[in-house]
Formats: sequence, C-alpha cells, structure tokens
Amino acid sequence: MRPGLHTLVHTCAAVLAAGSLGTTLHHGVEERGTALAFGVLVAVGELTRRNGTRIRQAAPLAAAGSLSYALLGEAGGRPTHHGAAQVVTVVLAASLLGSVPHVGRGHGPVLDPLARRVLTVGFVAVCFQSPYGQGTFDDWSGPAHALLLLALLSLTALCDAVLAAALARSRTGWPFLPMLRDELRAVPGIGAAVVATSAVMALGVAVAGLWALPVLSVPLLLAQLSYRRYAAVRATYRQTIASLARATEVAGYTPAGHAHRVAALSQAVGRDLGLTEPELTVLEYAALMHDIGQLSLVDPVPAGATAGLPVTEQRRIALLGGAVVRQTGVDPRVARIVERQADPYREQPLAARIVRVVNAYEEKSREGGPGGPLTALEELRLATAGEYAPEVVEALARVLSRDTEVVRAYGS
Amino acid sequence: MEALPGRARALVAGVALTGLLCLLPLPGVGAPWRAVALLAALYGGCECLARSRLVGTPHPGGTFYPVLLAGAFLLPAPAAALAALPGALLVPVARRPYPARRLWRAGRLVLAVWAASRVHRATGGRDAVADCDVPLALGTAGAAVLVFCLVLTLLDGALLALTAGPPLRGGGRAAGPAAWWRLFLRSLAPITVHGLAGLMMALLWRSPYGPVAALLVLLPMGVSWWAFAQYHRERAAHRATIRALVQAVDIKDGYTRGHSERVGQASMMIARELGMDEERVEVLRFAGILHDVGKLGVPTRLLTKDGPLTPEERRVIELHPEYGHEMVRGISFLGEARAAVLHHHERLDGTGYPYGLAGGQIPESARVVAVADAFDAMTSTRSYSRARPVPVALKELQRCAGTHFDPRMVAALVRVIGRVGWHPAVTADDVRSRVLPAPAAPVTDRPGARR
Repeated sequence: MRPGLHTLVHTCAAVLAAGSLGTTLHHGVEERGTALAFGVLVAVGELTRRNGTRIRQAAPLAAAGSLSYALLGEAGGRPTHHGAAQVVTVVLAASLLGSVPHVGRGHGPVLDPLARRVLTVGFVAVCFQSPYGQGTFDDWSGPAHALLLLALLSLTALCDAVLAAALARSRTGWPFLPMLRDELRAVPGIGAAVVATSAVMALGVAVAGLWALPVLSVPLLLAQLSYRRYAAVRATYRQTIASLARATEVAGYTPAGHAHRVAALSQAVGRDLGLTEPELTVLEYAALMHDIGQLSLVDPVPAGATAGLPVTEQRRIALLGGAVVRQTGVDPRVARIVERQADPYREQPLAARIVRVVNAYEEKSREGGPGGPLTALEELRLATAGEYAPEVVEALARVLSRDTEVVRAYGS
Repeated sequence: MEALPGRARALVAGVALTGLLCLLPLPGVGAPWRAVALLAALYGGCECLARSRLVGTPHPGGTFYPVLLAGAFLLPAPAAALAALPGALLVPVARRPYPARRLWRAGRLVLAVWAASRVHRATGGRDAVADCDVPLALGTAGAAVLVFCLVLTLLDGALLALTAGPPLRGGGRAAGPAAWWRLFLRSLAPITVHGLAGLMMALLWRSPYGPVAALLVLLPMGVSWWAFAQYHRERAAHRATIRALVQAVDIKDGYTRGHSERVGQASMMIARELGMDEERVEVLRFAGILHDVGKLGVPTRLLTKDGPLTPEERRVIELHPEYGHEMVRGISFLGEARAAVLHHHERLDGTGYPYGLAGGQIPESARVVAVADAFDAMTSTRSYSRARPVPVALKELQRCAGTHFDPRMVAALVRVIGRVGWHPAVTADDVRSRVLPAPAAPVTDRPGARR
C-alpha cells in the first residue's frame, strides 16, 4: 500500500494547473470565442455527470470536449494560437464551473477525476500544441493528420487507464493488475467513443467552425444515455437478486442479513485475490444466493448453519440451490458456483472456494459471540487441510485486518 | 406474415420496380465510383456487424442510416441510392418469406435515399456541403431527413395496412391519420440524429482529412447501439429472474402453479381497461405476478396441509402479505406494486388483513390485484374446491363488489372479459412439466425447530 501516490498525483495536477493559470494570466487569452465555446461544452458535459453509477467514464462529453480543445489546430479554416497553458486553464475553469451544482447538492468536486483530467489534457496539449506551433506536423496533413490525432488520443487513453488504476490502488489497497485490466476493458466501449469524438471534434471544428461542436455532441450524449440506462437496469437487477436472496431470511431458514454480509465479505476477499469486475459480479450473485437451496427443504436447518452439517447433506443443499439458480436465468456461472460450494476445495473453482470460506466464517463468528471472529478464523486455519482453501483463508485474514470499511459495514 | 396477401405482393413488386427506375439514369450521372463502392461496403459491413452476436441489436435494420444519409448528401441521387443496395439485398433476413423481405428492404431504402438526395440537391445542399456553409447545410439536411422519414413511414404504413390492418399495436383504437402521424413522429427523432451524423460525415468526407475522419463519426453511434443492446439483454435477464422469484413459491405450494402468472395477466387486463398508461400497466402486471411471494416465508407443511387449518395456523398463513412486502421492498422499480403485495388481502369494508384498511385507504394497485387474485382462485382447481366456470366467477365477484372488492375494478374485469374472453397464458398443466426440484425431506430430526 502506497498512501502517498494519490497525494503525489494531486500535487502534480495542482502544480500544472497553477503554472498554466499563471502563464495564461500573463499572456492573456487568445481567440476568446473558441475558448468560450469549448469552455461551455466542457461545463455542460460536466453538468451531465452522474456519480455513483458504475460507469468508468462518468462525464464523456466533458472529456471529449477538453481533449478536442487540446488537439485543435485550426478553427473554420484559420489557424489557432492558443497554447497548452490556455488549454489547461480553460478546461480546469470549465470543469470547476460545471461541478458547482454538484457541490451545491453536497457531492463536492471529485478530486481524482479532476486531477486525471488536468494531467491527461495537459499531456495531450503539450504533446500536440508546442510541436504544432513550431510547424513540426506540417508534413502530416490530410488523412495523416487524422491518424496522428487518433494515435495520440489512444496513447492518452492507455496512460489514463494506468493512472486511474494506480489512483484506485492507492486509495483502496486492492491489487493493481486486475484493476488495470478493468480500466482497459472500458477502453473499447465508451472510451473509444470519447477518443473518436474528440478527434472528430477537433477536425470538424477545423473544417466547419464551431457549429461542429453541438452537432457532434449529440451521438456522444446518446451513448452516455444508453450506458446510463444499462447501468440502471444492472442496478435494478442487483436489487432483485438481493431480494431473492432474502427469501431464505424471510422464510426463517437463515438469520437476517446473512446473505448480504457473505456477499460483501466475499467481494472484498475476491478483490484481494485479484478477480476482475465481471468475475466479482458473478461472485456477488453467487454469494447472495448461496443458501437458496434451503428453500427446497421442508424444515429449516437450525440457525441456517450449513457449515456444521454432514458433508453429504451440505452437498445436497448446494445441488438444490444450483437447480433453483439455474431456473432464474441468471448467468449459468452463478449456478455452477452455488452448486459446488460444498465440494472439497481442491475440486472447486476459486469463486466457490471463496463463498465456502466466507460462509463458514460468517456462521462460526456469529455463533462465537464476542471474540467469535478470531476463534472462527483460527478454526478455519486449522481445517484448511481438506475443506477450506488456505490461500482464501489467508486472504480473508488480510481483508479483515486491513479493510476497515468492509469490517465496519460487516459489523453494522 | 408467412404468406403475403396479393395486394402486398403487388406493393412490394411496385416499390422494387420504382427503385429500379430510380437507378436507371446511373450511367449518365458521372458518379464517383470509388466513393459509391466505399459507402456501399461500409453500409453492408455495418449492418452485418449489427446483426452479429457481438452486438446483437434488438431491433436490427435501419441502424446505420448515417452512412446512407451521408451518401445522399455527397452523391448524385441514383448513385446514393445504389450505395444502399448491396447492404439491403445481401444482409440476411430473420423471417420468411426471405426473397420478398429482401426485395422490400432494398426497394424502400433505395426510394427513400433517392428522394432525400433529390430534395437535398434541389434545396442547394450540395453547394452548402462543398463550401462548408454549416447553417445552410443544416437546413437542407433537415429537409432531406424529413423527406427520408416521410417516404419510409408511408411505405411501411402502406405495407402494414395491406398485411395486418392498422399500422399500430393499439389494435383499432387509433387507426387513421393519427396513427400514421404517430408512426412518423416516432421515427423522426432517431432519424434526425442519424441525419446530423450523416451531415458531419459528408462535411469531413469533402474536407482534406477525407473518409478516414468521416468514419470516426460512426464510432460513438456504434458504441451507443452496443450499450443499448446490452441494456435490452440485461432487462430480459432481469424479467426472467422476477419470474424465478415466483417459481420459488411454486416449489412450496404445488396447488397454485401458474396462479401468479395468471393473476399478473388479469391485473394487466384490468389496468389496461381502466386506461392506465403502459408503464403503470407493466408495474401492475408485476404486482400480480409477485403478490403471493411472501408464501415463501410460510412453513411448507402449512401450505400443503390437507384438511382444515387451526386458527393459529390461519394466523401464520395470513402473515404472507407482510413477508412478501419485506422481500420486495428493496426493489425500487416495482413502485406501487410493493403496496399491492402488502395490501392485496384488504377488503373494501375494512374486514381484510393485514391492517384492516377500508375504502380509499387501500392503494389502487392493491384493489386491482385483489380482484384478479379472487377471480383466478375461483376459476382454477384448488385442493379444497373445483374450478368454477368464468361467468359464475364473475357473478360472484359482482355480488361481493362494494363489500370486498372495488366495483370499478370488478366492472372493468367483467367488461374486458366480455370483450376478449379469458385465455390464460399459463395453465396449471403447462407449469407442471417444467417444475423445480420437489420439496426434499427434512435434514434434521427436530422438525420445525425454529418456529
């Protein structure tokens, strides 16, 4: 864990912003009309930001607008003269202005995305505006110019993904590589739309003047809307699965909140073991529904504690649960995990091992009263020979000792 | 639409012939063949991609109009129409009759693109695009988009009228000019967005940056279609899961198989008859489907018990609305359906449970579901009674209207069943063939330990 990294990134962004602001104040703003148009675009894009949804690119229009301003060499056929410093200043001011309503609603400007935007836009502007001003790209005219912009933007998207993963790692302490993989997975989707729109905006403004900005914003806004609806229906789906999982609690088969706690802790352990976002979703669903097989029993297991039952009985319940999950039309991988949660760990997939260990820990620590968690962990360690996977138990121990947020949610 | 009526065949043939006539002057117009070939390949490739498993657009067809409209803004009318031809002819169609469908798709696109291109040319759009005069180009493109949309609407409406009656799903409620007008407006918004993208493509195509830059305009639109397809896929999966919540009840209560689906159907019919909007109708269908989900919380041996229940046992069973509400209250999209789950056993005179609400205190959704529930309970076979015929059940409902049930809902059910009849989609026998694992034996020797 490197607590200093995000502070370092913020400092770099702040230094860059202050330097740009100073330079711009000293030299004055070139081409005010263009600067104002792009500033309005970025501010409007920032206004459409919705935090809290699980979308990587929460404000695609603002990102595309700032990148295209950094890549602007001509407007309506006439060359522009704004330097890298002015780009950073305009983008920063517009982003801050656009997040005023969010601050008013008490969400506050989110520092990490802002720092990332300042750094990426600064990077692109320095890479493009200075050589362009000196005439380095004069040979790259026509289609080659479009390809040059595309290459530069793709490079930036990759750097941004690395930066985002590093920032998240520094904030949460989760492993870096799976998070980088998750960031990169978003690049072909909304990331590509942002890259293409910023390139085409820069070219469109060069050809058709500022009219191109509103016209080209429409497809990107449409993409943002589609993504948001997709995220909304996914959130609804999660709620439904969580409710389905609560059926066992309402029916008195398992104690209240058990499925929810197992799911939260399983996700934390899965993250520690380096699972990616889609795998974590499958793991979450499986953990939520791991006890669903008990619905098929005529009478409940005492306190829903399946970890204490004979192995054959545990497996029978797991198979019943798998059959129920298969009926629900949820991803078949979820059913496989639920089915195999009672197998010896050597035959299990990783997600099933996690569900088994976390479920056993939850049941044992609940029985144990105060001091139960420690005893439970100890019991799991001793039983690792056949039932519980040692690496998962160790990950659980790490998560419990480190992740104060999860533990707090777990305790409440 | 397995076999087309003769008049529809004539229409398809006529449209195809007119399309050919539009293409006839092709050799004389001096078309830029490379641009035509590029656009045609682009359109065909995009349509193929949209149908592939990777994207899987829910409403395939017409997704890549920007390419065609860019062609209409760039090329002479016959050449622009030609660019639509290979994609429309070659991309596979989903349903029979295949050749007629292909021919129809090609014919209507050729006509629409040709007309749009002519209008664009006539209003001076060609010079506007060449000079990058954006305000004028926007105006002419707007005119072309209107014509494009109009031609497509007219052709589609005519074909629908010839094959399946009035052009809208509403079924006779809104035939005539209003229906055509709505068909037009519904397609105008997306085609306008396509037109803007097409115009930008045309401007960039003509610019020094060339077709490469124009291609980039398509990418955000493609991404948004992909996300839209994902949305539909996820929504379908979600629906399936809601059904599973219900099937979980069937595990426990063998006598009520299919009951939930049928109550959902009856609730939907009542809601439609009362003139509620589509979204509310959908919520009420879910309310009907989920109304008994709380039975999951009732011990299985009470639900399957033969013989009369003791007062104690009856009280336990009467807890199921509260159990159900406890389960579904976390699902926010269900809205008022949650209240319906909690209150579907309330009676108008205040003698129901769980809270003994009376009259207007009972949520409207619960009053709908109560009628639907009672109706299906009477018309299907239960452990304690045989099924009654539909007219007898309706009579019984009307007798209890005002004391147990809201007379408005009962009247609506009587009206709609009098008009379209009662054809339950799922009967008890259908469901039995795809049952869930049967209730298993107890695993402990302490039966009912936690009760």
